Amino acid sequence: MVDLQERQAAATVAAASPAIHCVELTKSYGGSLALAGLTMTVPRGEIFGFLGPNGAGKTTGVKLLLGLVAPTSGEGSLLGRPLGDLEVRRRVGYMPELFRYQPWLSAREVLGVHCELARLPRSAWRLEIDRVLRTVDLQERASARVGTYSKGMQQRLGLAVALLGQPEVVFLDEPTSALDPVGRHDVRQILNGLREQGTAVFLNSHLLSEVEMVCDRVAMVDHGRVIASGRLDELLSGGSCRVRVSGLDGRQRASLQGFGTVEDDGQWLTVHGLEAERIPELVERLVSLGGRVYAVEPRHQSLEDRFLELLGHQA
Amino acid sequence: MAALTIAKLTVWEASRRRLLLALLLLTLVIIGLTGWGFTKLGEAGNGQRLPDYQIRLIASQLLIVIVFMFAGVLALSSVFLASPTISSDVESGVLLALLARPVRRLDVVLGKWLGLAVLVVMYAAGAAILELLVLWWATGYLPPRPVELIVYVAGEGIILMTLALALSTRLAGMTGGIIALVGYFMAWIGGIVGGVGQAIHNDGLVTGGLIMKLLLPTDALWRGAVFAMEPATVIAALKATGSAGAGNPFGATEPPATAFLLWTVLWLVAVFGLSYWGFRRRAL
Ligand SMILES: Nc1ncnc2c1ncn2[C@@H]1O[C@H](COP(=O)(O)OP(=O)(O)OP(=O)(O)O)[C@@H](O)[C@H]1O
Ligand SMILES: [Mg+2]
Repeated sequence: MVDLQERQAAATVAAASPAIHCVELTKSYGGSLALAGLTMTVPRGEIFGFLGPNGAGKTTGVKLLLGLVAPTSGEGSLLGRPLGDLEVRRRVGYMPELFRYQPWLSAREVLGVHCELARLPRSAWRLEIDRVLRTVDLQERASARVGTYSKGMQQRLGLAVALLGQPEVVFLDEPTSALDPVGRHDVRQILNGLREQGTAVFLNSHLLSEVEMVCDRVAMVDHGRVIASGRLDELLSGGSCRVRVSGLDGRQRASLQGFGTVEDDGQWLTVHGLEAERIPELVERLVSLGGRVYAVEPRHQSLEDRFLELLGHQA
Repeated sequence: MAALTIAKLTVWEASRRRLLLALLLLTLVIIGLTGWGFTKLGEAGNGQRLPDYQIRLIASQLLIVIVFMFAGVLALSSVFLASPTISSDVESGVLLALLARPVRRLDVVLGKWLGLAVLVVMYAAGAAILELLVLWWATGYLPPRPVELIVYVAGEGIILMTLALALSTRLAGMTGGIIALVGYFMAWIGGIVGGVGQAIHNDGLVTGGLIMKLLLPTDALWRGAVFAMEPATVIAALKATGSAGAGNPFGATEPPATAFLLWTVLWLVAVFGLSYWGFRRRAL
């Protein structure tokens, strides 16, 4: 963990200012804590996944970082400017969890309003609007009223609004909640494209397999507290290994505890929390104990496994 | 200026939702009907034409009643238009995306107010000018102070709109709307009660009327509009009866005092400030 923070700090120095940085950001509504002491840094050009169960405080986190709600305590910065700074919002894109846009306007008109509010040069509006419409594949219905859109189309519009003006950091609060598989695939491509341009993405999501596919770094929150954070590969280091072995008695089986948590269902032994490099060592040990090994199945831990593990559920 | 964008959006919404069209059509129908009525004014029952001075007198009093109806329509429309503005945008989430742009909460409140004010003034001025033109064409009569008439009627609408907007920052549209409407009718009754107090020299009633007038200056502005429509002869006649007719909501012998007009401006600023205060801390 310390090592991780050091590495984050090093990355921070590399960019002029990190995309997002906050220290002990806290928000309570009345007496109840929605987010408690969020401390993190998101470097530019990375996709950051903010995960957690319902009501964990993800949306609250995004709203705090955008300055849409005032923190109860703590502080932070967005692109080097203090939270709530007005001017920096010209360089920030946001798609809310409730993606609702004026139903009596067309997608083009909604985007026009946002161009105006973001103070993009008027001459660039047309091209920019066409560009984002193409990116989210909404050109065909772009002149129809938003009120007549399907839910997925409205979410695509939300994504287009967030991408308008080539922002330096984009906040997406569950951007694929209403999208079909093709749409989800498109979003992953859009996110990868953003990373290539050096745009930081702050992604709130439940869809762990998706997060696993695109995110460089994640933080998991539960009940307003960060319970784990770091690079994906580091977070998922603890894999597991299933072996089918015979000829070992109970005492011998129990002596394998040094490799990790052992789950024993008679035929199969599962060792949780085993790094891939130690698998030969484990096999060697089994053989030296007199066991006959029929199968070895290393298993990569998925983000979902880790997520459930951290939340204290059975995988 | 983000506030101007929000104002534009507000006017845009009213026209896209066909509110302007509906109001325009209804207003044209009313103006057409009253115009027809005005052309028939001169015909007395026995087939003879009334003398011109009588036609003008009747026209002047009819106009007050017609404008009362217009002012009522404007007051109700202002409330219906303004009371859901901020609350419904917060509820639907439309404001989230807007406020993540370089837009202050003040810009939102100011923009909504400006947009609604443009709608109120457009309606007040448009309907009044058309009605007066028709009146003039049909009877040759025009009220003595047409510009003041428009200002007072528009002012009444703006006051109610501002109140409803302030309520919409914290209350659901329906709740705020009902409160504003009750206020509007109370102010009207307050004006009558105060007038009756003057007529029967009852200080308690006069004070009650005054307090109501200060709390919500709509009826007092309506009296200003009445004064702007009264011909000099009627004012002289009313004055001759002393304070006996002060309770009549369709009569006025004096324009609103300058101090009261200043109070109205202060009231607007204060209630607008309240809207900002209400919205500034509202959780989204
Ligand atoms: N305006 C509010 N007033 C009171 N409590 C709130 C408010 N907004 C959020 N909360 C509370 O804060 C907590 C965190 O909510 P938040 O919306 O951030 O969760 P989330 O992680 O985004 O959940 P989900 O995955 O369901 O979107 C919840 O317990 C919620 O009830
Ligand atoms: Mg959420």
